[in-house]
Amino acid sequence: MSKKQKNSLLRIIIAAAIFAAGMFVPEGERFNAVWFVRLGIFLAAYFTVGWDILWRAVRNIAHGQVFDENFLMTIASVGAMVIGEYSEGVAVIIFYQVGELFQSVAVGKSRKNIADMIDINPEFANVERGGVISEVEPDEVEAGEIIVVKPGEKIPLDGEVIFGASGLNTAALTGESAPREVSVGDEVISGCININGLLKICVSRPYSDSTVAKILELVENSSESKAKTENFITRFARVYTPIVVIGALLLALIPPLFVGCWGDWVYRALTFLVVSCPCALVISVPLSYFGGIGGASRRGIMIKGANYLEALYGAKTFVFDKTGTLTEGSFEVSGIVPAGISENELLAYCAAAERFSNHPIARSIVEAAGENIPEAENSEEIAGYGVMAKVGGKTVCAGNIRLMDKVGAEHIEPDCTGTVVHTAIDGRYAGYIVISDKIKSGAADTVSALKSSGAKTVMLTGDRKATAEAAAKEVGIDECIAELLPDGKVKKVEELYEAKPAKSALVYVGDGMNDAPSLARADVGIAMGGLGSDAAIEAADIVLMNDNVNNIYTAVKIARKTHRIVMENIVFALGVKVLVLALTAFGLGNMWAAVFADVGVSVIAIINAMRAMKN
Amino acid sequence: MKKSFKLIDLDCANCAAKMEAAINKLEGVKSATVSFMSQKLTIEADDDIFDEVVKKATECIKKVEPDCTVKI
Repeated sequence: MSKKQKNSLLRIIIAAAIFAAGMFVPEGERFNAVWFVRLGIFLAAYFTVGWDILWRAVRNIAHGQVFDENFLMTIASVGAMVIGEYSEGVAVIIFYQVGELFQSVAVGKSRKNIADMIDINPEFANVERGGVISEVEPDEVEAGEIIVVKPGEKIPLDGEVIFGASGLNTAALTGESAPREVSVGDEVISGCININGLLKICVSRPYSDSTVAKILELVENSSESKAKTENFITRFARVYTPIVVIGALLLALIPPLFVGCWGDWVYRALTFLVVSCPCALVISVPLSYFGGIGGASRRGIMIKGANYLEALYGAKTFVFDKTGTLTEGSFEVSGIVPAGISENELLAYCAAAERFSNHPIARSIVEAAGENIPEAENSEEIAGYGVMAKVGGKTVCAGNIRLMDKVGAEHIEPDCTGTVVHTAIDGRYAGYIVISDKIKSGAADTVSALKSSGAKTVMLTGDRKATAEAAAKEVGIDECIAELLPDGKVKKVEELYEAKPAKSALVYVGDGMNDAPSLARADVGIAMGGLGSDAAIEAADIVLMNDNVNNIYTAVKIARKTHRIVMENIVFALGVKVLVLALTAFGLGNMWAAVFADVGVSVIAIINAMRAMKN
Repeated sequence: MKKSFKLIDLDCANCAAKMEAAINKLEGVKSATVSFMSQKLTIEADDDIFDEVVKKATECIKKVEPDCTVKI
């Protein structure tokens, strides 16, 4: 608790004690000695706990703030005393202050929880300058300088490891608990914690451009984009208070003209004033979204604003990019079809020829062959065809169909999906190897979970149709649109955007590499694997810091849970308030019920809102 | 220009909403948000009148909640 909160708590305790003492004094006849003692005790309690409310009420009314809650509470409590309800007048103020205190502590706590969750900001950097290591602020280090990170320290800046090996804890950034192993030559990202080995890192960019700075900026700015519900509630609050206050005035003035009993009606009107504060509503909505965004960030899901979380709830169309989103984006040998030689021989010859190529497909063949690769010489890459090399005195050609035609090898037509590499040895066809991109684990589960919640799923890709359709079938996607050129993707997104059900949102999930326009066009753009990719962090509305495809559905679940909490709070708070107002108007309510409708509801709504943070 | 300011002792969510509404009505303000949760004021306005806008916004805040201060 802050000093201000402790102070407030102390005042509440003292006032409550005085108030309790006052309750023991018998009411006595009006204006006799005992009555004055009792009044004196109540007034002492009242001023102890409520002087600041009275002061603010006076000061704010001077500023023209008519519907200020301090002012309303003052009228309600003073009014109650004037009509002789001393204990209630004091109790209203005490409970109001208890509620305010609780609210302040709860909000402060959730704010701190969320700040801790994204506690990735490095405090210092150990920079090596002229052989001396000194501790400086991270933003004083320039690109190209060498920093030293000891075990247990946070990596302060992005860079490349030039000495040492260690495991890195990336949990604060990605939500993943498995450490990431790094050694010389690996890129490391600021915000990770070095677990066990000393690392020397050559800084690649200054602090202001670092991953940590980008993420912090994203999180900081997330409060600027408010959800529609939040804006609606604040607008509602602006009319709610005046309406209830006017209701109170009418209640105090009109019915007594016909039925008398001024005291009763004034009491009911004062009760209205207590209920007129819109706090519970106004605070619980942003707190829920704030909690939802905070809870998501702990799992490596960065959301740029409450409006996106809200839109994600109403998403009915999910458009996926294929490579790197639903698939790993790395290639793997998935089939070997030899002709006249054994599978192993085919793989070995092909790998030998492809050995010196840097193409990802060539790398995957070399990887599949493992140690079993013969020496090759005179290796030559023929752009648009493939490679040619001498392996054990034989001429090996590996590449596409055109290469086979070129060397006159009679090839067979492969019946499969994926990328095909044909091989010819000394001009004779030796078979083909199929390379395919691996579907990410969890992709099928994610798609089926989205489909079962009534959403339409679409996959866009530039790949050839057979490959795309096979992948679409494997993950169970509804619609697959293949052979798209890069600008075709955004056009397709436009079409789907036009065709989406009314009032629903379209979500585009991509890896942020080439699909920035599509990410921007969608209602919600989700970028995968944002760690280390500035383009993705900038273009998307939601950034998944790791490559885990399951996080797409996790984000949807968080959005739904947050939405449910927001709705619960609105219905509950409004319901109780309306109920108490109705009861009061008919003389069935009292000020205690009104205090509950104001403060109690506020507290319950806050506790409920804080659930959004938990997973 | 768009800039954020920290708000100290912003104690009530409804006040934040009132401040936001008042600042958005100021002349020269393109958009303004007051976030109760992050205790921040963000103002977007033209460069040449920015300082003046911030001054007026500070007055709006003081008017709604005199205890709240803007850290510039």
